Formats: sequence, structure tokens, C-alpha cells
Amino acid sequence: MSVFCEVPQAAPVAVFKLTQDFNNDPFLKKVNLGVGAYRTDEGQPWVLPVVKKVEKIIVHDDRLNHEYLPILGLPEFRSAASKIALGDDSPAILENRVGAVQCLGGTGALKMGAEFLRRFYNGNNNTKTPVYVSAPTWENHNAVFANAGFEDVRPYKYWDAEKRGLDLAGFLGDLESCPEHSIFVLHACAHNPTGTDPTQEQWELIAEVMMRRKLFVFFDSAYQGFASGSLEKDAWAVRYFVSMGFEMFCAQSFSKNFGLYNERVGNLTVVARDADNLKRVLSQMEKIVRTTWSNPPAQGARIVATTLNSPELFIEWKDNVKTMADRVLLMREQLKAKLQALGTPGTWDHITEQIGMFSFTGLNPKQVEYMVKEKHIYLMASGRINMCGLTTKNIDYVAESIHEAVTTVQ
Amino acid sequence: MALLKSNKVIYCLGNVSPSLGVLSTRHSSWWGGVQMGPPDPILGVTEAFKRDTNPKKMNLGVGAYRDDQGKPFVLSCVRKAEALIAAKQLDKEYLPIGGLGEFTKACAQLALGADNEVLKSGRSITVQTISGTGSLRIGANFLSRFHGGPRDVYLPKPSWGNHTPIFRDAGMQLKAYRYYDPSTCGFDFKGALDDISKIPEQSVILLHACAHNPTGVDPKPEQWKEIADLVKKRNLLVFFDMAYQGFASGDIDRDAWSVRYFIEQGHNIVLSQSFAKNMGLYGERVGGFTVVCNDADEAKRVESQLKILIRPIYSNPPMNGARIATTILNTPDLRSLWLEEVHGMANRIIKMREQLVAGLKKEGSTHNWQHVIDQIGMFCFTGLKPEQVERLTKEFSVYMTKDGRISMAGVSSGNVGYLAHGIHAVTK
Repeated sequence: MSVFCEVPQAAPVAVFKLTQDFNNDPFLKKVNLGVGAYRTDEGQPWVLPVVKKVEKIIVHDDRLNHEYLPILGLPEFRSAASKIALGDDSPAILENRVGAVQCLGGTGALKMGAEFLRRFYNGNNNTKTPVYVSAPTWENHNAVFANAGFEDVRPYKYWDAEKRGLDLAGFLGDLESCPEHSIFVLHACAHNPTGTDPTQEQWELIAEVMMRRKLFVFFDSAYQGFASGSLEKDAWAVRYFVSMGFEMFCAQSFSKNFGLYNERVGNLTVVARDADNLKRVLSQMEKIVRTTWSNPPAQGARIVATTLNSPELFIEWKDNVKTMADRVLLMREQLKAKLQALGTPGTWDHITEQIGMFSFTGLNPKQVEYMVKEKHIYLMASGRINMCGLTTKNIDYVAESIHEAVTTVQ
Repeated sequence: MALLKSNKVIYCLGNVSPSLGVLSTRHSSWWGGVQMGPPDPILGVTEAFKRDTNPKKMNLGVGAYRDDQGKPFVLSCVRKAEALIAAKQLDKEYLPIGGLGEFTKACAQLALGADNEVLKSGRSITVQTISGTGSLRIGANFLSRFHGGPRDVYLPKPSWGNHTPIFRDAGMQLKAYRYYDPSTCGFDFKGALDDISKIPEQSVILLHACAHNPTGVDPKPEQWKEIADLVKKRNLLVFFDMAYQGFASGDIDRDAWSVRYFIEQGHNIVLSQSFAKNMGLYGERVGGFTVVCNDADEAKRVESQLKILIRPIYSNPPMNGARIATTILNTPDLRSLWLEEVHGMANRIIKMREQLVAGLKKEGSTHNWQHVIDQIGMFCFTGLKPEQVERLTKEFSVYMTKDGRISMAGVSSGNVGYLAHGIHAVTK
């Protein structure tokens, strides 16, 4: 009799199942608009030229070895990464109240933040504090906080399906009516999956309510640089909140903007009231890290640290990032133009108004099914497409298919 | 409106003028109540070592291998593998949640033996993990969620310090079975059997496959057989922790003997593996977690649940180290080179053990130091008491953990004499 005979089969993670189905599909004109990874115009993964350069440097440096990193990670990575988010001249950094934990990707950073909050925020071991995630949001947000022990993970209004934009009134309404001290997970830029971000004025309104109602700010920043092509512009919201005086967390991912997906490079930036609070917070973070992964992987952090800390390499990196962002912007323009040219019913301005890797097309589940089954174009059931999956070679096919789906499937 | 704004004014003023901040003190920081966490006992040793200016200082704390010059050792097979990998110009796409397929296959084969019936029948699942810690944690989480038996995990007394908080954080409870006999500095076989015989059925028992940490004391094969028998009688779930395969005796098959024996005897074990020490890949975080199931269908179901556990922790594992390990294991001449180098590391440790005992004899010590040679792997439980350890650190700048454990990897032909001298001085 096996101890595990009762273990039920779990459902596969949707986005990875999509890629699996795509891979198994023999149809020649198939297109993968599912998982969020950048692709070149040839539809290929892209290892950033600056990353290739730095990897060569690392592999030839005999002074480097594979010893354990400190529990909180590579120091030069942590500080450089936090500077990227907050700005070199951030007053908070100058005041020594910014620290960081190197983590396994953005997911790992969210996990560490969540585990810390559950233990120490709003009382001790408080599993009842509501955690608000946007409706919709990246599907893993729910699981990260639930698995960290939070019993009450709820949606806050965000996407207005009818007008295909931000439901600001709904968002602010939830901020005003939620229990005090609730935790809010905010997308720093390039909201996943909708691609719809608050404007600067809207962020100011959001911040005012959060400050007044003592809500906890937890930013998820997975696309800095990737959204607009400008690091500063994409970090505006995070920096604004810091300037407002919030104590906050910011989970950073370098998967997309460095193309280092599989090296798991992430950073949890902690902004505290002062250096003393920061010190105690980091000491407790160490304990959480120690029982989860002991210390983080070295390779990816080394690549990022080397790049960010070298003036020439840093410029080269920004250039690489802009290349990616520009190609996405071009695809947005072209998709919209083609849909308009085809006379596809509805308005398609949201394609260019949305920002970042993803676009919430507005296709309903039946139309999505049509796209996948009949046209072999793979996208998420929510209607989310990864713009990076579009190329000059497949964009006509995709536009025509969307046209068909919208006109023939209700 | 003014009232709504005033909160913010006081909030900010609170930083400037404490008296004005009365209304905001409760809100001056979310973290006011967070205590300073205690320093990690093992890493704390290294911190203190770094601060010491004595040129003869020795760091015998953390378990990372050092060569005879006291330097970190990057294996040649690792460097060669890295060069091969660099030439391939691979992409950096996300790995599957369960890790690099070629790695998990090679990892399981290394532990179980390539021709193991378990692997042939497909009735096990191996996922790539964040080294040994990550593996133990995923395992602990899996047991916590799916093990229908008692919440208790029985650790040998003593065990690696991090075992306890890992299992506890995963929601399990910790108990212990006798293991180390301080009077012999050896294995308390009778005590172990006695305690194991009383463990409630279906509890989890954790066994160190080889090179027990921190004592270096391993059961002999005949003793393992009796333990396996008793564990079966008690119907316990076996959790093997194998962090030193190859590193203990120098022979990877010999070091995995206990794991393979248990499986042969019908135990469906769970197993954690680390490549930190045996491939020197410490900071790359390479490990595996294996569940041996009844059949392939059960293995598939278990795999699906492991993925559900992993995704909200770190989504998918890091590529670099796994790629290096796979290249070494699957490239014949790199694999041979690796086996040689692992053998070399184990041999150097064994030699240091012998030289330390010889040195102690030379110093005139009348104590029995045989255990230093009998113990195996990176660590040695010297038998030194806390006061003696303190003296050794204060008077000789020899850094080790309070329990008397020394990392033999930190001993070299250049300093073994000094160490013998110091140990003798505090024990005569």
C-alpha cells in the first residue's frame, strides 16, 4: 500500500501546457502567442549581445569560482538592482534605508516578500490580513501568497472589459473600502496580462488613498525597461511611491529585460523607515531564505552585476533593451493597422495603447478556442497575446485569423 | 480636505520631530516589532574568522572543500564542461518547472544506478531543485501536503542544523532517534535500533545516506541492513539525505549503497541529492528530489503535484549548474575525470585525518583519537567540549562550531601540525 496512492493528478499550469501543445502541433503556420518570453523577428529566443559578452568575461576569469554566495545574495548585484528600480540618486538609498534580497526570479522575490509579511506584518504570523491582487493578474500571484499562508487573497477591480481600459473608479473604490493594512500587489509597469497601466495622475490618486488608509505597497516589477524602452519611465510609479514616504517591497525580475529567464535572477528591494528597521528586516529575511534555498544561484546575478556596474556595458544593455521594446511597439502598430485595414469590427486602439509584452485582445473564450483549434494560433483563454510572438512574417496570418474569429464566432 | 492631508504631514514630521510624531508613532514603521534575527551559527564562525588577524588562523567551520593550499577548488571537469557549454551558444529559455530533463535523468541514475529496476519501470520521479536545501524543502512541503501519516519527522541526534527549521517551516514536527555516542565518538547502534523500534507507524524517518553531517559517523553495511529491516517492520517512510555521494569514500556507488539497498528491500523512499560538494558547484545550486512510487501512474501524479508546489516558490530552477552537471555526467571522458577528482578530494580528506591523528600522537596526546580516522566525509566530531572549543578559538585562532565539529576540508598539510598542537594543548 503506497503512502502516495491517494495523491490526485494536478492540473497542468495553463501557460506551460499551451507551449507544450504548440510544440506538439505539426501545422506549419502555427504561432505561439502564449508564454511571455521575447522573440526576434525570426521567431527565435534572443540572448542579449551584452549578456554573451559578459558570459565570456566570466568564463575566462580564473579568479571566479563556484563558492556559495551570502544568504542574501551577491552584494554588488543587490545594490545595483535596487538602484535600477529606485534611481541612482534615490534619497531613500542615500539615507541607507534601502536593502535587498537576491531571489530566484521575480517569483522568488514575491515569495520571500510574502513569507516575510505573513510572519511580521500587521501583527505576528498574521494569515488573515487580506492580500489584494488585480483582476485580472498574473496567475501565479494567487498561489504565491496563498502558499505563504495568507488565507484571504482577493481581487481588486482593475480591468474594465467593456471599455477595454483601467477601471479607475472601481480600483479606488476597493482601496477606500478594504480593511486597513491590507496588502496590495501593484504592477509597476506593463501590467500582466492587460498591458494597461495607470497614468501618472492616476498613480498619484492611488498613492494618496493607500497612504491615508495605511495599506501595504508591494510592487511587482517584471518589465522595467521593456515596457516603454526607458528604465526611468518604467520605474516612475515605484519611485513616486518611495518619494511619498511609503515603506514598501518591490519584487524585481531580470528574466525579461536581461533575457536571463532560466538563470532565475530576481531581487526583492526593501524600502524601510530607517537603517535600523532595515537591518532587522534583512536579518529575518535571512532566516526565511535559509530554509527555502539557503543561498541564491550565482551565475545570473554575476552577469547582471557585471553589466550594471560597468558604464560601457550598462549603455550597451540599455540599447539591447530598447531593441526589444521597439520591436514590440512596431508589432503593436502593425497589428492595429492591419486589423483596421481589414475592417475588423470593434475598435483596436487598445493594441497600441496597451504597453509591454502583452495585449488583452478582447477575444472571448470561444473566439480563443477558434484561434487555437482552427488556426493553430496559441493564446491564453483570457484573450491575452504575447506581442513578442508576432513577426513581420506571421502578422498577416494572425490579423486575418483574428478577423475571422471576431466575424464568425460569437 | 485639510484633515485628510494632515495625517501625511504628521507622518512625515514624525521623522523630524519625535514630539510632533505622537499620532504617528504607532505607524512610524511597520517593522518596529521585528526582532534582530540570531546570526547563523555556522556562518557566524566564518564572520569571526575573517575578523581575526592571527596569520596562523584556521577556518574549520563551513563545509566547503579546500585544496591543500586552503583555496576553493574548481574541478577541471567543471571548467571543461563550462567551455563545452559556452561553445554551444544555447538560449536562456525557461526550464520546465521540474527542471532540465537530461539533468533529472542523470541525477536519478547517479543515485540509483543506471540499471536500477525503479528507473527502468518509470516508477520514480526526480525534479531538479535548488541544491540540497531546496530539495529538502520541496520534499518537506510535499510530505506536509500529501503524507497521510503522522506529522513527525525523526532526525538522527545530532543532524544538520538546518534540517529542523526546514521541516518545521513546512509544517512538520521534529523528533529524534539516538545516533551519535559521545562516549565512543561513534555510532550508537543499539540506541538507534531501540529508538526506531518505538517510532509510531507511518512516521517519516530521515537518514543520512553517507558522510553523516555533523558527526562523520556512518552505519556499517550490516548495521544498515538491520536498520532497513526494522524500518520496514515499523512501516516508516524513509527520507534519505544524500549530500556527499562520492565525497565520503571516494566511490560513488559505495556511497550510494544504503539508498540502493533500501530500495531493493522494497522501501519506496524519497531522496534529496546535492551536487554542491561532489562537483564543487556550491553557488550554482544544483540538486534533485526523487520520489520512488508504486508504479508509473503514481509517479506521474506525484510529479504533477511537485510542480504545483514548486511554481509558487520560484517557478522553475536555474539552468547553469544543472547544465554543467549534466554535461559532466553524460560526457564519458568528463565523467571519468570527475570520478578521479572526487576520489582525489575524498583521499585528501582521508589523508588529513591520518595526519591529524599522527600529529596528536607526536604531540604526546594519550587520548584515543581513532574516531578521527573512523569517521568519514567532510566533517569530524572531535569530541571536544564547548570550553575546549572556546580555548582553541581564543588561544589558537582555530574556528569551528561549538559542538566540536571541524570541517576536515579546512585542514591542509601546511596547518595540520598546528591544529594537532592546538587540540593537544586544550585536551591534555
